[in-house]
This record gives sequence, C-alpha cells and structure tokens, in this order.
Amino acid sequence: MTPVHGHAATTIGLGTPILALAAVLTVAYAAAAIRLRRPGGRGWPAPRIVAAVLAFCAVSATLVGPIADGASADFAAHMAAHLAVGMLAPLLIVVSAPGTLALRALDVVPARRLSRLLRSGPVRLATHPLFAGALYTGSMWLLYASPLGLSLTGNPRLHWLLLAHFLVAGCLFTASVVPVDPSPHRSSFGLRLTVFLLAAAAHSVLAKQLYAHPPPGTTTHEAQLGGLIMYYGGDIVGLAILVVMFARQYTATRPRGRLRGHPSGVASARQHRDDQRNDRRDEQNRAEHLVVGADHGAGDHQGTEHETRDQAP
Amino acid sequence: MTPSVEVERPASVARPFGAGLLIGIGLMAAVDEIVFHQLLGWHHFYDRDTTRVGLVSDGLLHAAELVALVAGFFLLADARRRGPSMGLFPWAGLFGLGVFQLWDGLVNHKVLRLHQVRYDVDLLPYDLLWNGAAALLLAVGVVLAVVAVARRRRG
Repeated sequence: MTPVHGHAATTIGLGTPILALAAVLTVAYAAAAIRLRRPGGRGWPAPRIVAAVLAFCAVSATLVGPIADGASADFAAHMAAHLAVGMLAPLLIVVSAPGTLALRALDVVPARRLSRLLRSGPVRLATHPLFAGALYTGSMWLLYASPLGLSLTGNPRLHWLLLAHFLVAGCLFTASVVPVDPSPHRSSFGLRLTVFLLAAAAHSVLAKQLYAHPPPGTTTHEAQLGGLIMYYGGDIVGLAILVVMFARQYTATRPRGRLRGHPSGVASARQHRDDQRNDRRDEQNRAEHLVVGADHGAGDHQGTEHETRDQAP
Repeated sequence: MTPSVEVERPASVARPFGAGLLIGIGLMAAVDEIVFHQLLGWHHFYDRDTTRVGLVSDGLLHAAELVALVAGFFLLADARRRGPSMGLFPWAGLFGLGVFQLWDGLVNHKVLRLHQVRYDVDLLPYDLLWNGAAALLLAVGVVLAVVAVARRRRG
C-alpha cells in the first residue's frame, strides 16, 4: 500500500474512541468478574479474566503501536493487524464468556432483557454458523480478491472501519462455531465443524492466492510475507478454535454415572472430584438457562444431550 | 444420562482404532508440511502451475488435517475414559500415516499434480522412496491390527 502523509496520526485519531470503548468494556468485565469472585459470590474462573485482558491487548495492538502505524503502508503489518483483530481477539472474547458473566452479574430485570435480546430473531440469525461463516468468509474474499475491496485496503480512513467490521464478524463467526455463552438455539456439532472446515479452507486458499498474486500497489515480498502470516497465523488460531471446540464437546459427552455404577466399584478420588465439579458446573449452566431459555424450558440442556447423540458413532 | 449398562459391554474397538487412524493422517500431513515444505523446502504449498481445483482441494485437505489431528486426540481420550483396555488398537490405527502418505504420493502428486516431491531432479527415485515408505507404514499398521485382533480373541 502507498504510504499516506500523516496517516499514522489519522489512525491513532480514529482509533482512540474504539480503544477507549474497548478499555471501558474490559474494565467493566474485570469489575463484574472480581465482584463474583468475592467470598459468597457465585465465582468466576480466573482464566476467563485473563482471556478478556488478552483480547483487549490484541485489539489495542491493532489500534496503537508499530503494527497499527505500519498497517496502512505495509501489507504484512496490515495482515498481522487483521489476524489479531479478526481471529485472535474474537476467540479470546468468546472464551471469556462475556454473555454468561453479564447474566450472572446483572440484576434480574436487565438480565431478562439481555436474555430476550439473545433469543431475538436477528441475534439468532447473526449467530447461525451458516450466516456468520458466510459473512466472515465473504467479506474476507471481497476485501482481498475483488478490485473494489483492494481499493479500500489502501484507504487509511476506512482502515479502522474495516478492523471494526472484522472484529464483529470474527466474534459472530467464532461464537457460532464455539458457543461458550448460553445459546438456546445452538446448532449441532456436525454443522459447526463443517462450517469451520469450509471457512478454514477458504482462508488458506485466499492466503495462497495473495501469496501468488500480489494485490496492486504491494511488492511481491510484502504480499508473500502477508500471505504466509495469513496462512500460518490462521492455522494457529484455527487449531486453538478446534481444541476449544472439541474440549467442550468432550466434556459435554462424558459418560455419566459410569464411575458410580462401575462393576469394580473403585473410582479414583480425582475422578470423583472431577465428576462433582462437572455436576456443579452443569447446575450453574442450568440456572443460567432458566434465565435465557425461560420459554423454552431447559432449551440448551436439551441441546447438549442432542449433541451427545450426534457424537456417538 | 447415559445408562451404566454401557460399561458391561466390551470396550468398542472402532473408537480407539478410529482415533489412531485420524491421528496418523493428521500427523503425516503435518510432517509433510513441516519437513518437506518448511525445513527442506523441496516443494511449496503452492506451485505456480497448480490448478484452481488443486488449490481448493489442497485447502480443504489442509483444514481437514487440522481437524483430524485434534479430533483424533480427543477421540482417543474419549475411548480411554470409556474403557481403559484399548490394547494395540490405537497404534494399529496409525496405519493412517501410510494412508495419507500414499494419498499424497499418488493422488496429490500424480493425479492432481499439486506439486512434486522435488524439482530439477530425476523424480523416479524420490517417488519410489515416498510411496515405498507409505506402503511400509501401511504394512506395519496392518500387522499391528492383526496382532491386536488376535490378542483380543485370546482375551
């Protein structure tokens, strides 16, 4: 991309409100989590707080600092910024379960309002794997593989808008594939895995295309470096998404009551403790679903059992 | 709730075997990418004369490789928690190593012509070695499977 005079200042100027918003949200998250962790509170896992803070770091790295400054001028930096904001930050945000935290921390009335919002038609559509996957993959291809899109990537004024778009699209996609927050309308594991597979394939094909055919105004070296960053960076985050996805499925499909009914009658203390912990977690989840899926009965709980059947070969 | 009856049945063979198979496929694909693409640089993930169809199929294969690796390890863990005696079956499933190698050697290299093993050299010894290694891995997997079944029969 051609360097624009004074673009760094522009980037920071437009990025500041987004950065401030991200900081406010992160502080609100941490405050709510810390309140829940107080003695007598319902508790909140520390790793989720770490994920939220790391997500903030990933987003802010694309708004200020060397990557942000280079992003309009250097295609490789541009790609690193898009990877951080479109893949890494969304995964960290989804894993930090902000929806669950909000439902737990808010009073009953706002919590009900939030759960109504989560159940509404538009949110349902936006978090459907097919819709979110098409939006995410489609906008990526439009941006990097069409003349219109390539004319936009060089525009520093639009740069932050594109970043915001990819952050939102990335969050929708990741949340639709790895639903950590309660979702009364969760898709089957098979559909989510298929959508992920197709999106990952489209991602790697586009990376190779950029590697082989540098976008106009980009040097071959920049394009190849950008393509490699997209290809391998996408792989690493994709692998992390898969691990979270399968780990959650692994927990959801654990054989229940096995240890208690085991013929040998011997269950190790550790397994017993794990079982108890899982049961406790189930109970908490169910409590949240009573809020979210009030009209659906224990909607999501059914979803989990449905998946159990899916997974069994 | 899964009824505890499930425990009374003998541990499924398909589960550990399938897990090993998936891990084997994913592992060999990863070895191909890391050793031959990155370390040796013999062939790249994209060659200039790769067709569009080849590019898309390669992308799908690459994504499937990631899924296979992760799914394989979680299935293995799942098989283990369902019945601790898996015998040699996960290892026998590693014949997936040979399956992928042979697929890569015959379909990717020869049919789709995505890339060759190496360029500017006489290809024949490389192809023979590549596919010979694949056949060897396959054979080891089959032997392990036969031994595993025999052991299971004996109890």
